Amino acid sequence: MAGSVDLSKGLPSHPEKSTLEGKNKFLGFWIFLGGETIMFATFFGTFLGLREGTAGGPSAEELFSMPLVFIMTMLLLTSSLTSVLAMFSMKKNNFKNMLVLMIVTVLLGLGFLGFEIYEFVEYVHHGLGYTTSAFASSFYTLVGLHGAHVLFGLCWITTLIIRYSRSGITLTNAPKFYVASLYWHFIDVVWVFIFTVVYLMGIGGA
Amino acid sequence: MATATATKDKSVLWDWLTTVDHKKLAVLYLIAGTLFFVKAGMMALFMRIQLMSAENDFLTGQTFNELITMHGTIMLFLAATPLIFAFMNFVIPLQIGARDVAFPFVNALGFWIFFFGGLLLSVSWFFGGGPDAGWTAYVPLSSGEYADLGLDFYVLGLQVSGIGTLVSAINFIVTIINMRAPGMTMMRMPLFCWTGLVVSILIVFAFTPLAAGLALLMLDRIFGGQFFIPDMGGNAVLWQHIFWIFGHPEVYILVLPAFGIISEVIPAFSRKRLFGYTAMVFATLVIAFLGFMVWVHHMFTVGLGPITNSVFAIATMGIAVPTGIKIFNWLFTMWGGKITFNTAMLCASSFVPTFVLGGVTGVMLAMVPVDYLYHDTYFVVAHFHYIIIGGIVLGLLAGTYYWYPKMFGHKLNEKLGILMFWLFYIGFHMTFFIQHILGLIGMPRRVYTYLEGQGMETMNLVSSIGSFVMGAAILVLVINVVYSAFNSERITVNDPWDARTLEWSTPTPIPEYNFAQTPQVRSLDPWFYEKVHGDGTMKPAEPMTDIHMPNGSILPFVIGLGLFTWGFGMVMMNMENTIVPPFLVIGTGVILTFGSMLIRSIKEDHGYHIPLEQVKKIEKEVS
Repeated sequence: MAGSVDLSKGLPSHPEKSTLEGKNKFLGFWIFLGGETIMFATFFGTFLGLREGTAGGPSAEELFSMPLVFIMTMLLLTSSLTSVLAMFSMKKNNFKNMLVLMIVTVLLGLGFLGFEIYEFVEYVHHGLGYTTSAFASSFYTLVGLHGAHVLFGLCWITTLIIRYSRSGITLTNAPKFYVASLYWHFIDVVWVFIFTVVYLMGIGGA
Repeated sequence: MATATATKDKSVLWDWLTTVDHKKLAVLYLIAGTLFFVKAGMMALFMRIQLMSAENDFLTGQTFNELITMHGTIMLFLAATPLIFAFMNFVIPLQIGARDVAFPFVNALGFWIFFFGGLLLSVSWFFGGGPDAGWTAYVPLSSGEYADLGLDFYVLGLQVSGIGTLVSAINFIVTIINMRAPGMTMMRMPLFCWTGLVVSILIVFAFTPLAAGLALLMLDRIFGGQFFIPDMGGNAVLWQHIFWIFGHPEVYILVLPAFGIISEVIPAFSRKRLFGYTAMVFATLVIAFLGFMVWVHHMFTVGLGPITNSVFAIATMGIAVPTGIKIFNWLFTMWGGKITFNTAMLCASSFVPTFVLGGVTGVMLAMVPVDYLYHDTYFVVAHFHYIIIGGIVLGLLAGTYYWYPKMFGHKLNEKLGILMFWLFYIGFHMTFFIQHILGLIGMPRRVYTYLEGQGMETMNLVSSIGSFVMGAAILVLVINVVYSAFNSERITVNDPWDARTLEWSTPTPIPEYNFAQTPQVRSLDPWFYEKVHGDGTMKPAEPMTDIHMPNGSILPFVIGLGLFTWGFGMVMMNMENTIVPPFLVIGTGVILTFGSMLIRSIKEDHGYHIPLEQVKKIEKEVS
């Protein structure tokens, strides 16, 4: 059978891509991320087009606070790092290490999400409701969509951690962990762009 | 479809609801697509009755607007796309020598999500009327201020069905890249696989902006967003950009597979290999690339400035070059061939001149200064119907007659087929050719009536009569399907057309695993190569062993149902008297959707194996 892998000498060095199913998942997920990129690009374009449209409501300069965004960025970037390290552990067949690193990833992501919710609540207190202006709508939609991705990623990784907490690395779950970590990186990359386009340009007034 | 199956203990209904077999899903796509096609076709006939005479009052303006919107929306999203997916599903795995698509589960998921999305759009009729802002749903016409509940169904129905289309496209890309049989290099792939691949890539990059745009419109309408409200800092032209960034590639999404079908049918019935295969592949890629660079030609009259308009005009005219390459290659394929003019070939060969007509008016429309005259007239309607009917529908008809024996085990009746073709062809030109002239004398599109004495009565009457002839052709096709199902001779050979590509090397009916042994491909047109240079059978690339198959699953159906419920709940937020609170419905939908995904993630499903003896038994039965 084409999909079978010789496991007598332990896991192969790339357990996530050594079966046909794994290879398909790997490629399919990359393509999915391509589509996601375009979807986010559309929301970015919308935001760029509408960010001056404050309609008398609060503007970016008045609202954004760099320290908060900096902390959020650091949390998310670090979580991306821990998920890479988790994948290294997976390739070395060090299951325990991988699990711990994945848990750290989830905790960091939760921290990020907490700060984001706090941020949104703050802005609403400052008078930036969802319906206040086109700037408000496009800001909340873009950043909120990213937040929804973070939430989905957290649920996904948590599910995998719980489901496979005792199973060790197998050729079935390796692609699943790998794809989830790809997704997590993607979320991180999108955040880098949000940080630049939304926050830095918002404060810098470019 | 009598495919031999190893799981005979399921009831028929349960089997079809849970199937992940690409051949059965193709049939489901075919049925769903045809139903939507007939529905939208009926709407067109109603509109033509209304326009048959001046100041007619068969329909009110409101109903006409709803019909015009639903006709366009259904034809593009719920008829043409699934019909194309039907053929892609059925043919691509067979043509590349694969046992199934890369993700059979996702394949079923794509179908059910598309289906429930279409259902969500269609139930709008029972809740105060369909959407009425045109299939392009321009704001502010589609905003909460001017459009009713129908638009909410439009936004959410398309959102849901778009997800289905997107996941199917990802599935096709991975299938074509990863699942090809040994020896089936990219440049040995049949052109239908190439166009399938390119189209799937287009879908990934075009349906996602649409999803984003629809989300914006939904947020505006249901949650009070301000994206398109100029007073609040929004921008109405933004919608047009997003819509057409999707909308123009959508044209190529639909027409490229039709090109692919034509490129299969013409060589098969000209008894020659496709002329200029490499150029055809290259032209497909160029069309796909340029397809993303021309969306502004739908917006010339918006006033984006002469530089922008010129750049997009030139890019648009540029598309004529690769398309011209294709046209000439089809002509040269037929040139000197031993041509059989059966129904499939009649549809395929008549596609060529008809499509050229649509292409020529396309180049005319690309000229910005005159576009100011053509814009929003019947000239545009005539142009895109020449592309869509003269291109896509003729291609689909050709594909139907060509692959029907492989799909259903018998041919469609030729006499009825030829009758259908001539009715359709004459009716089509009668309906739409005259609309060019109507447009040139100034009849605007999307109007529900016109005044007497402006010289439009006769031409509209002719157009309406033509549309009924076309309707009669489709009726003949339906009669043909039923008639042939009872009276047509069953096909017992692999290859009733003496064709060229790998799908004809499989036995009819096809076993659920397609190929008992994965074939070794030695050339372009591999099946023809073996017939000429080999012993007329495909060389196996692997020994006969147990065959691994995926399990069926009801989860795709449940996820589709969940998204339907979720979407319906969102629409309920704009309803006045809801019996149950909307959030309960939304919650149910979310739980169904994500709950099913959770189950799918937690439950490891390794499929099953068809044991070797069983495979040998099935092979003996079918050969």
